[in-house]
Amino acid sequence: MGRLFDFMLPDNKSPLTADSTDGLFHFITEVSFILLVGITIALIYFAIKYKRRSEDDETPLITHNNTLEITWSVIPLLITLVIFGWGYSGWLNLRSVPDDAYEIHVNAFKWNWGFNYANGAQTLNELHVPKGRPVKLVMQSRDVLHSFFVPDFRIKHDVLPNRYTYVWFQAEESGEAQIFCTEYCGTSHSDMLAKVIIHEPDEFETWLEVNGGGVQGSPVEQGEQLVSLQGCKTCHSLDGSSLIGPSFKGLFGKQETLSDGSTVTVDENYIRESILNPGAKVVQGYDNVMTPYEGRVSDDEISNIIEYLKTLE
Amino acid sequence: MAVAETKNLTTLQVKRFKPSENPTNTYLTDEKGIWAWMTTVDHKKIGLMYLGAVAFFFALAGFLALALRTELWTPAKTFIEADTYNELFTLHGAMMVFFVLVPSIPAALGNFVLPMQLGAKDVAFPRLNLASFYIYVFGAIFTFISLANNGFDTGWTFYTPYSSDANSAGVIWVTLGVFILGFSSILTGTNFITTIHKLRAPGITWGRLPLNIWALYATSIIQVLATPVLAITILLLSMENIMDIGIFDPALGGDPVLYQHFFWFYSHPAVYIMIVPGFGIISEVITTFSKKHIFGYWAIALSSLAIAFIGFLVWGHHMFTSGQSSVATTVFSFLTFLVGIPTGIKILNWVATLYKGSIDMKTPMLYVFIFLFLFTIGGFTGITLGALSVDIHLHDTYYVVAHFHYVMMGGTLMALLAGLHYWWPKMTGKMYNETLGRVSAVLIFIGFNTTFLPQFVMGAQGMPRRYYNYIDQFTIFHQTSTIGSYILGVAFLIILYNLVKSLMSGEKAPANPWNSRGLEWQATSPPDFHNFDHTPVIIHGPYDYHKPMEEFQLGLAVSHNGHGDHHEVTTEETEKA
Repeated sequence: MGRLFDFMLPDNKSPLTADSTDGLFHFITEVSFILLVGITIALIYFAIKYKRRSEDDETPLITHNNTLEITWSVIPLLITLVIFGWGYSGWLNLRSVPDDAYEIHVNAFKWNWGFNYANGAQTLNELHVPKGRPVKLVMQSRDVLHSFFVPDFRIKHDVLPNRYTYVWFQAEESGEAQIFCTEYCGTSHSDMLAKVIIHEPDEFETWLEVNGGGVQGSPVEQGEQLVSLQGCKTCHSLDGSSLIGPSFKGLFGKQETLSDGSTVTVDENYIRESILNPGAKVVQGYDNVMTPYEGRVSDDEISNIIEYLKTLE
Repeated sequence: MAVAETKNLTTLQVKRFKPSENPTNTYLTDEKGIWAWMTTVDHKKIGLMYLGAVAFFFALAGFLALALRTELWTPAKTFIEADTYNELFTLHGAMMVFFVLVPSIPAALGNFVLPMQLGAKDVAFPRLNLASFYIYVFGAIFTFISLANNGFDTGWTFYTPYSSDANSAGVIWVTLGVFILGFSSILTGTNFITTIHKLRAPGITWGRLPLNIWALYATSIIQVLATPVLAITILLLSMENIMDIGIFDPALGGDPVLYQHFFWFYSHPAVYIMIVPGFGIISEVITTFSKKHIFGYWAIALSSLAIAFIGFLVWGHHMFTSGQSSVATTVFSFLTFLVGIPTGIKILNWVATLYKGSIDMKTPMLYVFIFLFLFTIGGFTGITLGALSVDIHLHDTYYVVAHFHYVMMGGTLMALLAGLHYWWPKMTGKMYNETLGRVSAVLIFIGFNTTFLPQFVMGAQGMPRRYYNYIDQFTIFHQTSTIGSYILGVAFLIILYNLVKSLMSGEKAPANPWNSRGLEWQATSPPDFHNFDHTPVIIHGPYDYHKPMEEFQLGLAVSHNGHGDHHEVTTEETEKA
C-alpha cells in the first residue's frame, strides 16, 4: 500500500478482521502527523519571528477571536465523529461472527493456552486452523484474567473465569501467527505465548483426523499425554532442573520439606492432593501459585498421571 | 472593579507597594529548626515539604524505571528474575501515580502558589493542610510495610482475581496505604475549593482568576468527587482479601469486571487530577515569557471544568476488551472523543498566545514548548486509542505505555518542571544557572523521545506491556528505549545538580525576575511569612501585559502582615473608575 506509517503495523493475515482497523489506524496517524507538523512549525516560527528583542517590548492585546475558536473546535469535533463512526463499524464487524464459523474452545490458565476441537482433538499452545474459513474461539479462564491477542489478525479479548468470551478471524495465509497473553497474570505472563498454525483446508482435515482421538494408550502413555496437555511442564521439568515448581524427575517416593518446616513423602495421596488443591502443602522454596485442578481432571486421569510420574526416576 | 462609581459603592483608595528587593524577614527566616518546620501551618513550607517528598519518590520510582529498562536490554533474563521484574514495574507505577503525579502539582507547587495568586495569607484551613501532608507520609509508610511483607506484583491497577490471591499480604498493606493516601488528596481538594471561594483578595473576580487557579479548582473538584470511590473500591478489595466476602473474585461468586469499573471510575478522573494542574502552569509560564495576554481566557478556564466533568464519564474506555456490555463500550468510545476536544482547544489557544508575543526562551518556556510538542503527541495517540476497532489491536500493548508516558511524563512532568523552574526564584530566593537549565531541558527532550517513540512502533507491532520476556524481533526497539532512559536519567541528575547548586551559591533572585504580571510576583523573593505585608487590590487581569507594572502593585495599606482593619488611605496612586 505504501502508506507513511506502514512500518508500524505487523502483517495482515486476516483481512476480514484487520482491514478496517488498519485503514482507521493509518487515517488517524496520518491526520495527526499533519496536524503535529503544523503545530510544530507554528511553534518554531513564532519562537523565531517573535523572539524577545528587548525587555521593553510591547505586545498587542489580543484576548480572543470567536470565529477562530469556533472553527478549531468544530473541525476537530467533526473529524473525531468520523473516527468514532469508523471505529464503531470496524468493532461491530469484530463482534459479529459469520454463521459458518468453525468453533474451537480455548482454555487459558497460568501460563498456557489449551485448545479443544469439535472431534475431541486437544492441543496445548498450538492453535490449528484452516485457511480461508472463519474461526470462532470460545474462551474461558481457569484462574485469573488473561487476554487473547493475535497481532496479525488485529483481534484481542480478555479471557475470564466463570464467563465465556469470544473472538473470530479468518486467516488467509498459511503459515504461523503469534499469540500473546496481554492481561498481566503473574510470574510467567510474558511466556504465555502460543502459535496459530494455519493449514490449507485439506491439510487441516488430515491433521484433525490424526489428532482426533484424544488421550489414548496405556495408563503411563495417557499420563504422559495429560502432563503435556494440562501444561504441567511449564512449571515442572522432567530433567531435574528447578522451574516455578519442583521437578518431576525422581519426585515419586521422595521426602520433601514443606514451607512450614514439616516433611512429607511424595506418594499417591500427596500427588492427588497437590493436583486438586496445590496450596495445601507447598514445598519449601516455592511460591503458592499453581492453579487448582479441582473439577478439571477426573480421578482416572489423576491415576494415570501418577503412574506416569512413577516412571520418571 | 475595586473602584466603581455605582450607587452603593464607595471609592476605594489604594497605595502602590513595590516589593522589596532585599527582604529582611521571609518565611524561610521566620521559623527555624526542624520542629518548627514539622509543625508549621505555613502553606509555603508545607508545599516545600511536599516537593521534597515528591522528589524523593520520583527519584526512587525513576531509579526503578532504569532497572526495568536495563532488564529489558535482552529478552529473558538480563539481571533480575521475572518475579522481581513484576514487583518493580508494579512499584514504579504505583509510586509514580499515587506518590508523585497525583500530589506533585497541586500539593507541592499548588500549595505554595495558590494562596499567593489569590492574595491570601494562607489556605483556608492551614492545619488541615498540614494534616494532609502527614496523611500522605503515613500512607507512604504502609507501602514500605507492604514491601517488607512479600511485596506486591499485581500491577498498579490491582486487577482481581489476581490481586485476591490468598498469599498476597503485601497487596493488603499497599491498598490500605492507597486508601489512607486518598484522604490526603480529598483534604487538599476541599481546602483549595474553600480557599478559592472565600479568600480572594479584593478585586479578584472569577474573571480575573489566574488560569492556574481555574485549573487547580477543576482538579480539586475531581479530587473531592472521585477519590472516595477509590477508597470504597479498595476497602471492598481488602474485605474480600481478609474476610473472603465475594465481591470481585469469581471463586467467591464475585465479578472481576465490576472491579475494573470501580477502579477506573476513580483512576480515569485521576488522570485529569494529574494533568489539569499542568495546564494551569502552562498558561502562567507561556504568558509571562511571551509578555502577552492569554488567548481565549474563558476557553481555557472553562475547558478545564469541561474536562473535569466529562472526565467522569469515560472510564469504560480502559475496558473495551474486558467483556463489558457492547452498548457501554460504544457510549464510552463516543464520550472519549468529546473529552479530547477541550484538550485540543487548550493547545491551540496556547499556540495562538505566542502570536505577536515577545518570546524569551528561558528554561521554563523551553519546558512549555517541550510540553506542547509531547503532549500533543500524547493527545493524538489518545484519539487512536479511543477508536474502538483500533483500540482492540493496541490495548495493553506498548503503544498504550508510550501514550500514557507522553501524557503523564511529556505532559504533567514537563509542566511540573516548567513550574518548578518558573517559581524556583520565588520559593528559594535564588536563581539557578540558566545555561544548565536549558541544557537539561534539551537533554530531557532527546532522552524522552528516544525512550518512548520506539514504544509506539513496537506496541503497534504487537509487543504486549508488562512483559519480562519478549520475542526477538522487538530487541532493537527495547534497546533504543533503554538508551533513551539513561539519557533521561542523566538529564534529571543535571536538573538536581543545578537546583541544589543554586541553593548554595546561586545568585540572589529579584522579586520579579521574569517581569510577570502574576500576583505572586508582587511579593518578595522569598515571600514574607504572610506573603504580602499589605492586602493586595487587583484591578487588572493576571495577563494584562499591555499595562504598566505599577498598576499591578496596588494594595490597601494596613498594619504589618495585613492584620487589623484600619486602612491608611492615601491619595497617591489612587485609582478611579
